[in-house]
Amino acid sequence: MNRVEGRDKVTGRALYAAEYPVDGVAHAYAVQSGIAKGRVTAIDAEAARAMPGVLAVLSSDDPPDLAGDADPELRLFSSRDVAYRGQIVAAVVADTYENARAAARAVRVTYAAEPHDVLLRADHPGLYRPEKVNPAFPADTVKGDVTAGLDGAAVTVDVTYSTPPLHNNPMEPHAALAVLDGDRLTVYDSTQGAAADRDTIARTLGLPPERVRVVSRHVGGGFGSKGTTRPHAILAALAARATGRPVKIALTRQQLFDVTGYRTPTIHRLRLGCDATGRLTALDHEVRVQSSTLVEFAEQAAVPARTMYATPALRTAHRLVRLDVASPSWMRAPGECPGMYALESAMDELAVAAGIDPIELRVINEPDAEPEGGLPFSSRNLVACLREGARRFGWEGRDPAPGVRRDGRWLVGTGVAASTYPAMTRPSQATATAEDGAFVIRLAAADIGTGARTALTAIAAGALDVPAGRVRVELGDSDLPAAPLAGGSMGLASWGSAVVRACEELLRDGKHGAADTAGEAGRGGDYARHAFGAQFAEVRVDPDTGEVRVPRLLGVFAAGRVIDPDLARSQFVGGMTMGLGMALMEESVTDAEFGGFGNHDLAQYHVPACADVPDVRAYWIDEDDPHLNPMGAKGIGEIGIVGTAAAIGNAVHHATGVRVRDLPITPAKLLAGF
Amino acid sequence: MKAFEYTRAADPAAAVAGFRPGDMYLGGGTNLVDLMRLGVAEPERLVDVSRLPLDRVEAAGDGLRVGAAVRNSDLGAHPLVLARYPMLARAVLSGASGQIRNLATVGGNLLQRTRCPYFQDVSKPCNKRRPGSGCPAIPGDHSHLAVLGHSEACVATHPSDMAVALAALDARVHVTGPAGSRVLPMPGLHRLPGDEPERDTVLEPGELITAVELPPPPPGRSAYLKVRERASFAFALVSVAAALDIGADGIVTGVRLALGGVAHAPWRAARAEAALLGAPAGEESYARAAEAELDQARPLPRNAYKVPMARNVIVRALKELTP
Repeated sequence: MNRVEGRDKVTGRALYAAEYPVDGVAHAYAVQSGIAKGRVTAIDAEAARAMPGVLAVLSSDDPPDLAGDADPELRLFSSRDVAYRGQIVAAVVADTYENARAAARAVRVTYAAEPHDVLLRADHPGLYRPEKVNPAFPADTVKGDVTAGLDGAAVTVDVTYSTPPLHNNPMEPHAALAVLDGDRLTVYDSTQGAAADRDTIARTLGLPPERVRVVSRHVGGGFGSKGTTRPHAILAALAARATGRPVKIALTRQQLFDVTGYRTPTIHRLRLGCDATGRLTALDHEVRVQSSTLVEFAEQAAVPARTMYATPALRTAHRLVRLDVASPSWMRAPGECPGMYALESAMDELAVAAGIDPIELRVINEPDAEPEGGLPFSSRNLVACLREGARRFGWEGRDPAPGVRRDGRWLVGTGVAASTYPAMTRPSQATATAEDGAFVIRLAAADIGTGARTALTAIAAGALDVPAGRVRVELGDSDLPAAPLAGGSMGLASWGSAVVRACEELLRDGKHGAADTAGEAGRGGDYARHAFGAQFAEVRVDPDTGEVRVPRLLGVFAAGRVIDPDLARSQFVGGMTMGLGMALMEESVTDAEFGGFGNHDLAQYHVPACADVPDVRAYWIDEDDPHLNPMGAKGIGEIGIVGTAAAIGNAVHHATGVRVRDLPITPAKLLAGF
Repeated sequence: MKAFEYTRAADPAAAVAGFRPGDMYLGGGTNLVDLMRLGVAEPERLVDVSRLPLDRVEAAGDGLRVGAAVRNSDLGAHPLVLARYPMLARAVLSGASGQIRNLATVGGNLLQRTRCPYFQDVSKPCNKRRPGSGCPAIPGDHSHLAVLGHSEACVATHPSDMAVALAALDARVHVTGPAGSRVLPMPGLHRLPGDEPERDTVLEPGELITAVELPPPPPGRSAYLKVRERASFAFALVSVAAALDIGADGIVTGVRLALGGVAHAPWRAARAEAALLGAPAGEESYARAAEAELDQARPLPRNAYKVPMARNVIVRALKELTP
């Protein structure tokens, strides 16, 4: 189905957060810390205040009244302490964006700097075991005897993989417009969840939630970076309070790299053993990640190992170190994405070492129930995805020998990796109302560019058995019935459930239906619910330059019932494209000397261009899973990025015989390996 | 961004005559405007020279004269450039993106600044931006920076692809300024950093590039190869502009080699050329020539890969040009 708001978007009528017209608007621009650790000793804003158009300077010289238990990343100007380079330490509000930006540069901040520590390393003495990893998993699990399993194995691998910090780069920068009307605050924000954003803003500012409204009708991408309230929204509200005017803020691309979160760098040690037939005898996945000194954000990168393969001995462990860095946050498939890169690369190494086809190795180790917890799977079609992918990709007859295929100057190889992502739902409310011959669906869902509005339209039309053209979906407003955020691949499953129930009630009532799925959503305990997939890559490597090109990427996914093929395909293909970026080019470079990140624009932080993705194909296997939700859907926003980097890395090894275990796989690293 | 004035020059003479301290010439603005937003460039006034009547590509005998305001897109697609200087067309079209090439001018392309991450971040030291403040790239992230001709003050690279081809083609840059007009050879417009890394070129304040003149193309075949980890829209890790002519007896009778992505200026590989001229064409000679050039490389820990990469690409380019 075509996007219902497509025409509004291409004609420019769809308004994004920074685009709402409002009279008397002022502009805020952040002043960021020039040190990575220490204290602000003085803020000289005299020159800035005297500059043209300047209305106010906000800083810890005049701390605002913010909730003491709020997210420390949001407690702007409440402390003189600096936790990372780039942290917001002051802000200028002026009549124009340019005046605000110019004056922000004139604010002189003096620091008492302390030595900083910004680099994650495997032997960092500050590593510790967190109480839990995101969102609420145990940090460590042990089943069976890993040492015995490895000792008794016919083949073992013991390898270390690492991934760099990675940044979400949505096209629309994080932006907000705060408007005070009496005692009511409206924030037009670029957010993945208007209701949660409203709650966080209200709590941080010490306001009752009913006095805050968040409007976010269109969002130009988020990938997780807009899943939590970011400091710009609080800054806009504080600036509106300070000046009595509506205040707009739009972060620069450079600022996105500082204050909107990032994927933690990860270091993985994988120890795998199998018997002569390929059956795993042990699987040990130990992960090291970083967080800030402000919050403990523990990326759950070893969690997918608890789901993937049958093994008598399974150990997973997470260690975390708190560094003088910005707080990591959500990035597409947190946990699964870096974790499956490492696990699926190690599985490929085991397959090579054991002389077993990498697809067969995975099939051999297909579990009957979830390996760690023992729950039955609500549905699991990894093997079907591998088989279907192999057929479509042309895997049969593949020569496993590395480094032996050439096409002209190019070394050619192919690789495979598995994907997984949990299928979850959260409670949501929705209403369905018959109005003037149309059916209006209302809920505070978010369409962050995924097509959620369109998919919900289709779901409602299906539930009501009316043409989609008679359904209108209103979302992106916290005044609408409460709904969870777009994240964790839970959005559509959660919202859709409430929409179906509201439509069912409307059909009974004839006029109006209201639903709250608090009773039925998020049922746990009885089944392990996960989507699975298989990804295939063909790569070409230039042996003279180390350049890697990916002429073909192919994924087959099993994610419940696909609600809209066009939207689903774009989610899968988008995820795979992002996974290609992770494999070959994306890397935020931690600046060891100054703190923060050294590269912070799209010329230095490369994401794939069209020329990098000539042929990315996504297919799916229809699953009929009665244990999920009324739509039978598993969520598809994230699984596409899971496994891509491993498939490409495995293909690079197949092409060259060189195993690069430190992403991204750059020409420099490959040349060093040749 | 600091407030600035904007004026549009009527002709080159007026642009130069009216030039005052704090002015900067504006071409397509694809680099300068970025630098102004970042606070790296803070002109008092922009003198827009993009609409001067310097937008023609004209045959000059068997050579070519390219106005400084010619857009990169137009240069890369011009029939005379495609016919006579395919190396230049390839270089221009391998740079930036279609949208940027539509705006970027020949003069501006030559005068674009380094993309060294420290240079572009005003919160950090940089000798090029703030002389004497230090070069954090040397102990820090120099992974994309120079391996040839750098100094203790600066390891920046010049980012242009076009300039590498021009350096190989013996282009001449026409300049007019307060002290009159002059012609600068390529290479020769750009300088090595030495202890004055703040100076990218030998241009004096107020000097304006008006045209680039190309002598008749070198005999033989030519190529431009560019290495980058992303298939498009990325600066070169290493690039090579090469032209090769081989006599009937298999002896190299003419060669041009220039490297991009390795130095503060487009790097004419004179030692490699000298080693090749008169040598038998073939991989052995090409490898020896590349070694002769790269013997003088002084890689840093994170950019050492550029030396074998450059060697391989030189050999590859020459082999591709060998019938």
